Parts: sequence; structure tokens; C-alpha cells
Amino acid sequence: MSRNDSKYFSTTKKGEIPELKEELNSQYKDKRKDAVKKVIAAMTVGKDVSSLFTDVVNCMQTENLELKKLVYLYLINYAKSQPDLAILAVNTFVKDSQDPNPLIRALAVRTMGCIRVDKITEYLCDPLQRCLKDDDPYVRKTAAICVAKLYDINAELVEDRGFLESLKDLISDNNPMVVANAVAALAEIQDNSTRPIFEITSHTLSKLLTALNECTEWGQVFILDALSRYKAADAREAENIVERVTPRLQHANCAVVLSAVKMILQQMELITSTDVVRNLCKKMAPPLVTLLSAEPEIQYVALRNINLIVQRRPTILAHEIKVFFCKYNDPIYVKMEKLEIMIKLASDRNIDQVLLEFKEYATEVDVDFVRKAVRAIGRCAIKLERAAERCISVLLELIKIKVNYVVQEAIIVIKDIFRRYPNTYESIIATLCESLDTLDEPEAKASMIWIIGEYAERIDNADELLESFLESFPEEPALVQLQLLTATVKLFLKKPTEGPQQMIQVVLNNATMETDNPDLRDRAYIYWRLLSTDPEAAKDVVLAEKPVITDDSNNLDPSLLDELLVNIATLSSVYHKPPEAFVTRTLASAQKTEDDDYPDGSESESSVNPANGPGSPPTSSYTIPASVAPASPPSAAAPVPDLLGDLMGMDNSSIVPLDQPAAPSGPPLPVVLPASTGQGLQISAQLTRRDGQVFYNMLFENNSQVPLDGFMIQFNKNTFGLAAAGALQVPQLQPGTSARTLLPMVMFQNMSQGPPSSVLQVALKNNQQPVWYFNDKILFQAFFTEDGRMERAAFLETWRSLPDSNEVSKDFPAIVIGGVDATVERLAASNIFFIAKRKNANQDVFYFSAKLPRGIPLLIELTTVVGNAGIKCAIKTPSPEMSTFIFEAIESLLRS
Amino acid sequence: MPVAASAVYFLNLRGDVLINRLYRDDVGGNMVDAFRTHIMQTKELGTCPVKQIGGCSFFYMRISNVYIVIVVSTNANVACAFKFVVEAVALFKSYFGGAFDEDAIRNNFVLIYELLDEIMDFGYPQNLSPEILKLYITQEGVRSPFSSKASERPVPNATLQVTGAVGWRREGLVYKKNEVFLDIVESVNLLMSSKGVVLRCDVTGKILMKCFLSGMPDLKLGLNDKIGLEKESQLKSRPTKSGKTIELDDVTFHQCVNLTRFNSEKTVSFVPPDGEFELMKYRITEGVNLPFKVLPTIKELGRTRMEVNVKVKSVFGAKMFALGVVVKIPVPKQTAKTSFTVTSGRAKYNAAIDCLVWKIRKFPGQTEPTLSAEIELISTMTEKKSWTRPPIQMEFQVPMFTASGLRVRFLKVWEKSGYNTVEWVRYITKAGSYEIRC
Repeated sequence: MSRNDSKYFSTTKKGEIPELKEELNSQYKDKRKDAVKKVIAAMTVGKDVSSLFTDVVNCMQTENLELKKLVYLYLINYAKSQPDLAILAVNTFVKDSQDPNPLIRALAVRTMGCIRVDKITEYLCDPLQRCLKDDDPYVRKTAAICVAKLYDINAELVEDRGFLESLKDLISDNNPMVVANAVAALAEIQDNSTRPIFEITSHTLSKLLTALNECTEWGQVFILDALSRYKAADAREAENIVERVTPRLQHANCAVVLSAVKMILQQMELITSTDVVRNLCKKMAPPLVTLLSAEPEIQYVALRNINLIVQRRPTILAHEIKVFFCKYNDPIYVKMEKLEIMIKLASDRNIDQVLLEFKEYATEVDVDFVRKAVRAIGRCAIKLERAAERCISVLLELIKIKVNYVVQEAIIVIKDIFRRYPNTYESIIATLCESLDTLDEPEAKASMIWIIGEYAERIDNADELLESFLESFPEEPALVQLQLLTATVKLFLKKPTEGPQQMIQVVLNNATMETDNPDLRDRAYIYWRLLSTDPEAAKDVVLAEKPVITDDSNNLDPSLLDELLVNIATLSSVYHKPPEAFVTRTLASAQKTEDDDYPDGSESESSVNPANGPGSPPTSSYTIPASVAPASPPSAAAPVPDLLGDLMGMDNSSIVPLDQPAAPSGPPLPVVLPASTGQGLQISAQLTRRDGQVFYNMLFENNSQVPLDGFMIQFNKNTFGLAAAGALQVPQLQPGTSARTLLPMVMFQNMSQGPPSSVLQVALKNNQQPVWYFNDKILFQAFFTEDGRMERAAFLETWRSLPDSNEVSKDFPAIVIGGVDATVERLAASNIFFIAKRKNANQDVFYFSAKLPRGIPLLIELTTVVGNAGIKCAIKTPSPEMSTFIFEAIESLLRS
Repeated sequence: MPVAASAVYFLNLRGDVLINRLYRDDVGGNMVDAFRTHIMQTKELGTCPVKQIGGCSFFYMRISNVYIVIVVSTNANVACAFKFVVEAVALFKSYFGGAFDEDAIRNNFVLIYELLDEIMDFGYPQNLSPEILKLYITQEGVRSPFSSKASERPVPNATLQVTGAVGWRREGLVYKKNEVFLDIVESVNLLMSSKGVVLRCDVTGKILMKCFLSGMPDLKLGLNDKIGLEKESQLKSRPTKSGKTIELDDVTFHQCVNLTRFNSEKTVSFVPPDGEFELMKYRITEGVNLPFKVLPTIKELGRTRMEVNVKVKSVFGAKMFALGVVVKIPVPKQTAKTSFTVTSGRAKYNAAIDCLVWKIRKFPGQTEPTLSAEIELISTMTEKKSWTRPPIQMEFQVPMFTASGLRVRFLKVWEKSGYNTVEWVRYITKAGSYEIRC
């Protein structure tokens, strides 16, 4: 039987709020209850019903538990916006926390903990103290979690009132659920504190392991997660722990299983007996496989974790490769992960079976999956030398099907295979050349051109083949142009006849005169000079032996892998990134890779070519190898301040890590050019500071129908003289795709005269569209330099030395400093450094220092009452004309 | 941190919020907008269930016409979060009487808020057993097992039961007739190559139990699995009885089963929850008896014609029969006309799923009906890609048959009052993903 609550969502014609107000104050209980339900329904759909606060709170004193719960729910949502009115509710809370019914006592404490209003928190302490010692375990388990809530709001209060000790006592509680919640609370508090609060001794360990047996499934997860950081003293203790945790592998709850696996893997590191280790590996395999019959989302989490586990302990699943075969109806994200693990588990023993599977996948419908399957064949060839030939024959079979994207993908991987096994499989080049006309993707084209250049002496009509590409040279994307350039030079060096000589002339002309791409131009100049001064030297450089590439399928760095294994079952293990990389208090340092659908996919593939040696083939990611000078071996690629370095754009490439697909992101960038204005091109951008440099963080989204390329950018004169320090690096944007870039910026280049302004006028063009102009607001906080920290004495000295006329102040009436530490941390992340704090009457005064470009010091004084709105901000600096911008920056930092 | 969620949202397919519950302060209220614009309205939807947007991460699952979205900003336990969603949905279903969709949510939103408050605290999952929650979260519309005795409304020791050592069973149950029903349900998963080679084959089975037992009974279940039998004969120092033994690859148990005891003694002993629950799941890869063999031949005759012949052979005992057999034979998208003959059952061309659907309601053992069809295709000039043949898929149920050969040897019930119990056992084998490439 279901109820019909949906009527509460319907609205009436008359003004809703006044009507609700009336009903809330009705004398009939039922009507009041219905009204509260309507309020909650309105709240759910996102209407602002905060104006009804008093009326709703008036309904709180009721015997009806259902109604009470609804009012509490309302309070959790709106108390923060009405802190003064929220105090009205305190009395009822305190009364409820002494109710004879334990459900109500627990409800009161649970809800109070969720209301993050300082005044309420004060009243929470006494009830909480009582509830921690309550006779009823249900109340105690709720109170245990409440301590963690309170710690999050006001850590000092928790420590002062001795709640931590009470919480620790609960670990010895006779009720397992209380124990589990106490452990969860303590573990969380420890995570947020630098002091040792919750140290697991061998005594607590054994107590908690015993509690495991009686806990609910979730309690088991809390305990296992808390214990997974315990370091056993020796192998014996480790074996003991493992023995007591192993039964959890049989639990039906996947979270319990993964947490148990995490703990066992941790302890296994200490166990020396190979028999025990082998035995444990045997025990872990079946539960891991069973996870793959869960819901697809859980399968995905399991697969990401298995990916890590097999990197550390390949034996665990060595014989289970069949369970990773894809089912036709698996969701795409499950298929992709299975494929990745199949590559990792492929061995000489099972490769025939695996290849049959890959071949099957390569004929499926989903294009991305097909591509990945083809690539997987290539990776197996690189990994397993003895199977390479079989892999290649499968690839050739696939090429014969003549499905366009299969052929292109196959050519990309065959190029990698050639690099892994030079002078072995060149006989297939003829077959590859048959597909030449079908290539239309830059990466495949570039790969094919590399193959032609590299083996020019064995391909009779190499010059004809290359020539066919040359016709369209100016229209090709940069990736292809660079390869064409190098391949032509190779051809000329290998066959210095008339035809190639003419070709090289055309290419060099094109690449130096007709292009805007500095990488291409610089590389062409280098070749040109090499060829004209010393052709033998050119031969040594361009035709030098290339380092052999290796298998990359175990691609995580061991120390990173260690860290990720500690984090099994958590987000970190799903992203394959350490927690710091995505968990941020300060938004400024948030990072993520743009293409993180299948994060390791593209990254790993790019590492197939670890060294971009002379004339190296294009790597499989969208890397532009030209950033490494072809003339100098990679080791010597450090910035050399000579002509060559300048010419090659070395100083830019040393600043901008072009070869990292990871572009920074963080919070979504503000849109500066909406798609409606930009004929489908949308640009979001913002100034940011990273590693001591100012960058223009840009996101290009192509929503138009045509591919866009040839992006260039220009900044108008502005107050700070901001200008681009390098060329804008944006690959060709296919319709529906986006690209991110970090454009390095310099200051004081083209300063504008006139009144200071934070407007940045930008012009942007590409080869397909008219020039776009847009305005951006300069974020001043990007200018604070890293060396702004001052000693106290220096601070005082500077403060005194500056005349009072240099002091400016401003009020921020609406801003509240909630947590001091968080604020200090946040400011520090933007290079505003905390100096000192003092009390002045009831106010707190904070001092900060920072430095503006050109070493101009900036001293800041903030006066406020912590937790209350209103901050007075005073600054002292030799350039007070910047004060408007500085205030804006500080205000936005404090607000965020 | 085992935190599973900072906020939970229920959205309909349009992205309207049906339910939102904030558990922690570290994510903003507008996070659901980010989900809508960055996931729901893009082609990202469905490509990955875990996604980072700005400083927050989103986990989402679709259940019928509802998205359940979890938002976190810390390094949360994802496994815990997804399992929480799965369990919570099961809980809601048990409250709403089976359905979980947009209408059910709108009609019960007050109840859902009440449950969400109870089953998760500050992002930490708490007790989610429907059995226990129904003791004290009752709504007029929802019938709890005792709502017949309405006077007893606030159960006095509900809280003790939530947190009790046996957190899944309440005390003081009395049944006139003590009965236990055991259902052994097996799904056979098969992936066979076009040449008839078994690429992957396994059985995932579960034992469903329905208990109507008084008091606090201790149960012990014995199966014909190898390890359990060996251990037993070891303990009793007598040789194993002859008969088929099964090697279980893996077993997982409901939280009521004492895992430590299973590990040391290999016996499945437990205090069951009241009513229906899933006692255990197991997986078997060795010695699977496939109930059906499928022999397809598909010939493409030129560009416009195809010939399909499929023979399905039942290989279980002649006295048994399968029910609801469906064979889905894929055909190309540009199919224009089909004509076929079947020796048993009925066949139809279903254009929506591009399949010939062949249904046989009752399929006796040791028979082999066939389907032969001729298919005419519209010739298309632009068709660059050759037809990628999806696998043939099968659905079926075979009662009183287990693909693994698993049998229940005994189920013992001890209760201090010493009553007698009646036990019922049923077996059934279903198709999991039963695929034959062609």
C-alpha cells in the first residue's frame, strides 16, 4: 500500500507562502501537519521557504513523532540562514534530549549536531554529555557520531569539554554498534587533526577485531577501515591479524570484502613466509571475482581496485582471466576496465584466448570500445615478445575488414610495435600502405608518415607516398605537419636524390614561411641549418638510434601504488590518484585531468614512447613532440640560454608542461565567450597562479559543426601589462569536443596608461571563424607571489617604515570568518601568509603579509569577531593605488 | 574514511529533485545543478558512474526512472556508498510494496525523509534492515508486521533491537506452525563461441530463505559441497558418503551467518531474520551442467538475403521441462521481411530490438526443436560497415534442476522450546547471461 503524498507538491494559484503561513498557524493538528509536509515538499523542489521559519518552529512542540521529525528536517536546512531565530528551537531540543523515549532523545541529539549555528552548539554540550552515558545503546551510538559533528564545527569545544575521552571510553562499550560508531567518529577526528588522538595500540586492535564478529555490516567497514592503517610489529602479529580478518572475505557486503582485502594486503607486506602469502593470495581471488556479479556500478569500483591489486600481486588473479571477458550487455565503463585488466593478465599461456576475445570486441558497435580493443592487441604485442607475431597477424586481419577507425587505430599501434621490435616486422609495410587513402585522423596519419620516413629506404615509392601528403601540407594539423617535416628530412638523408631534394625545399619553405606554428617553424629552421652546414651531423642526429620502448601495462609508480593500495575501496582507488589530488579545502589547488573518463588509458598509452628521441613518431596521446629539440638529446633539454634554446622555444616548454595531458581545472571556469556569441565556440577562462607563474587557464568547447584550429590570442593593453608569454597551444577541436590549456602570462609588457582597471580585453581568432573579442575580469589574487612570507620583525619594521598615508582600509560587512585555521589555510594557498593574531577587547586582529610582483610588500590587518559577520580590513603597501584591486581579491578569498 | 555520502539526491529523468538530504556541510546545496549540467545533459551520462566535478565527486545509479546521486568532497568509501544505495533501494521497496519509481517516491516522500534520517548519520550508514526499521518507523499507509495490533504502537525495546547483537531479528516472535522455505536459485552464465567452444561458463547461485519460526532459533545448513563434507567427515572421523560433491568457488553470506565459525568448521550456522532474506550466494565454475545447447547457422546470401537455422537442444532429464524459454536471434537493422518455420513454440520478428524472438512456453528435456528462417534485407548503398553480429541470447527457467548439482543435505533448527519445524526445499535454474556468438 502506498500513500499519496504527491498532493503536497501541487501548488495553488494564490500566493503560496502566505497560505502556508496561515495553515501552519491553524488550530487543527492535522492541518498543521499537512502544512509542514507542504513546506518540506516545497523545500525539496528548491523553493525558498526560509521565511516560514518561526511558523514551522512553532509546530515543533508536538507529541507526534512524524511531525517532529519533519520540523527537525526543516531546521537542518534553514537554521544556518536564520541563526537568530534558530535559538527559538533550543529549548525543545534540550527538553527532547531528556525525553523518556530513547528514539526522541537520539533524534534530538542527532539533529542538533546537524545545525551548524554557534549559539546552538553551546547548548548542545550538556545534552551530548548526558547522551554519551545514556543507558540506551541507540542513544549512545547516535551521540558517538554527534561528537564527530561537533568536532567539525568547533574542535576546541570538543577537546575542552572532554568529549574525546568519553568517545574513547565508548570503544570498550558492550554494544558493538556503539563501538563501531565510536571508531568511525574517532577515525574521522584523527583525519582532521595533526595531534595524535586515536592511536591504535595492539590492545585496541585485538578488542576491535573481536567486536568485528558482532557488528552490523557497516560497522565492520568502519572498523576495518580504521584498522587498515595499523602497522603490525612483526610478521607474526601480521599473520595473526590476517587470520582474524580473512573470514570477512565471505561477507555478502562488497564494502566489507574490499575493506578486508585492503587490510590483508597491508599486513601481507610484513609477512615473510611465502607459503602464507601464497595461501592468502589463493583466498582473496574468489571473493574478488564474486564482486563482478554485483551491480555494474559496484563492478566498476571493484575493477578499478582489481587493476591496482594485480599490479602489486599479479598472482592473485593470474588464472582467472576468463572472468574478465566482456559480456555483450556490460555497460561501456565495465567493458573498458575489463579490457585494461585483461591486458595486465595476458601472458604467453593465455594469449591465444585473449587475442580471440580482442578480435571479437574489435567488431562490436561502440567505437571507443573497438578502438581500445585494437590498441589492447598492440599493447599485448609490446608486452609479450613471443606473442608479438600472433598479435600482428590479428591486426592485419582487422585491417582487411576495412572499417575505417579500426584501420587507423591498428596503424597507430603498429607504429609502436615497430619501435619495440625494430627491423623485425617491416614486411607488413606493403599491406599498411594499401590503406593510405582511408586515413583521415591526424594521429593515424602521423603514425603512417612516421613509418614511411623511418623505413624510407625499404619502401620503393616512399617519395611518391610522402608527396601525396605534401599537397595538403598547409591544411594539416600540427601533429601531421611535424611528422611530414621530419619524415621528409629522413627521406632526403636516406635517398639524397633529386625528387626528395625538391620535396624538402617545398616542406622547409612551407614550414618556415607559411605557418604560424612556432614549434613547426623552429623545428624546420633547425633541420635547415643542420642540412646546410653539416649533412653528416644531420644524419647522426636525425637518423640516430632510438631507445627501445617497453611495455607500460604496469604503469603506476610504485610509491603511488602503495598509497593507492592503502586507499582501496575509496575514491582515491577509483581515480587512481592520491587523495590530496582531488580532496581540497582550498579550491585553488584542485586538480584533475581533463580526460579522466578512463584516466590511465590515455596516460599510459602516451608513455609507450618514453623518450621523444630524434624524429620520434608522434606519441599516442595528443602530445606535440616538437617541444623537445630534435637537435639535442632529451637529457640535454634543460633550458640553455643560447640562441638555440630561444629558437626552439625552450624557455616556454620548460614552463608549460606541454606533454602532460593533465590540464588543471578546479572549479568550473567562468564563461567569457558564450557559445551563442561565438557561433558555437564557447570559451571559459580565468587567471590563475601555479608554481610561481601566472597562467591564463582556458577551456575551449567546440559546439559548432566544423572542426576549429589555428587558435591565436592577443591581449589588449591593460593596467598590469599582462601579455601572453608563449603561443596558444590548442589542438584541432573536433565538433563536440573541448580542450583545456594553460597559457603562461607575463606582466608589465604592454601597460596601458589611464586609470587603473581590472578589465582584460582579449582577442581570439582561429582559422574558421571571425575574430572574437571578449572582456575578462583580472583576478588580482593571481599576482601574489610565493615569497610573500615575512618574519614578524620584518613585518613590524615594514609597517613602521611606511607612512600612514599608505594605509587604506575597508569594511566587509557581510563576511564571516568561521574557522580561523581554514581561513588562514585558504589565504596561504593564495600566497597571503599569516603573521600573528592578537585579541583587542572582544575582537580578534589578524596580520598577514603578501608580496606583489616586483617585490612590492603588502601588509594586511583584519579585525573581526570570529563567527560574526563584519570584517575590517586595513592594508599598507608602497603602492596604495592598487588598493581597490587588493580589497576585491581579499574579499573574494574570504568569501569563498 | 568510511564516510559514504555528504548529500543524497533522488532525481527524475528530467533532473527534477524528488528528494534531497544533506548529511554534511562540505558540499553546497547547488551541487545538484552541477550534476545536471555536467553529467545529465551531456553524453557523459552513463559512461562512468563515478565522476569528479570541481571539488566534488558524484556517484550515481539509475533505478527504474530515478537517478540516485551521492555527492562527496572527501576521499569517501565508494564501495560503501554504492552498496548503501543498493540496500536503501531494497529497503524502500520493502516499505512501498515492491515498486521504486518516481511515483512511489513522490507518494512517500515524508516516509523516505524519515528513513534517510535513520539509515545514515553524518554520512555513515547505520542499520538498514527492513525487519528492524519497520518496528519503529511506521506510517499509516505502511503495514508493519504488527500493525494489526495497533495499540502496541511504540515498540518499547525497538532501540535495543536496532543495536542488539542480533540486529536483524526481533525477540518474542510466535508462530503456530514453524516453517522454513528454502529456494535454491541458480543463474547460468554462458559465453560460447560460434564454433561451439565454451569461452566462459559459471553458475551464480543464491539460497533464498523464508522463515516463519518462533523465538530465537539457531539454524545449521548442510550442503553437498566438497569442503564442508570433508571437514565433517574429519570431525566425525568417518568416511565421506558416496555421491556427488560440489566444489564451490566462492561463497558469501548474509550478515546473520557466523563467518568465523564458517571459516574454522565450514558449517553454515545462523540466527535467521524473520521472513524472507538471501542467506547466501555462491559461484561455481567447474562441472557445470548446461541445460541447453544452441547450434546456429547463419548464412548471408548476397546483399539482400539471409538464411538462419537455429537448433536448441535440451540436455536435462526427459521427465523434466523448462518454462518460459525465449531465444533471441539477432538480425540486421535493415531487415525488411522475415518468414520462418518452427517445430515448436512461436516466433516473431521484433524490429525494436532487431531480433527474431522465439518463445517456447514448455520445453521438455531431451528434445531439439529447430527454427529456420529466411530474411530479406533492404539493400543499402551507404552501408559501409559489415553487420556486426551480436550474440544469440537465451532466457529460461528449469524447475527442480540445478546446473551445479548442488543439493541441500540437511537444515537443522534448534530452539530452546524444542518445537518441530517443517522444511521445504525448491530448486530452480535460470538463464543469467546466456550468450552464443554466431
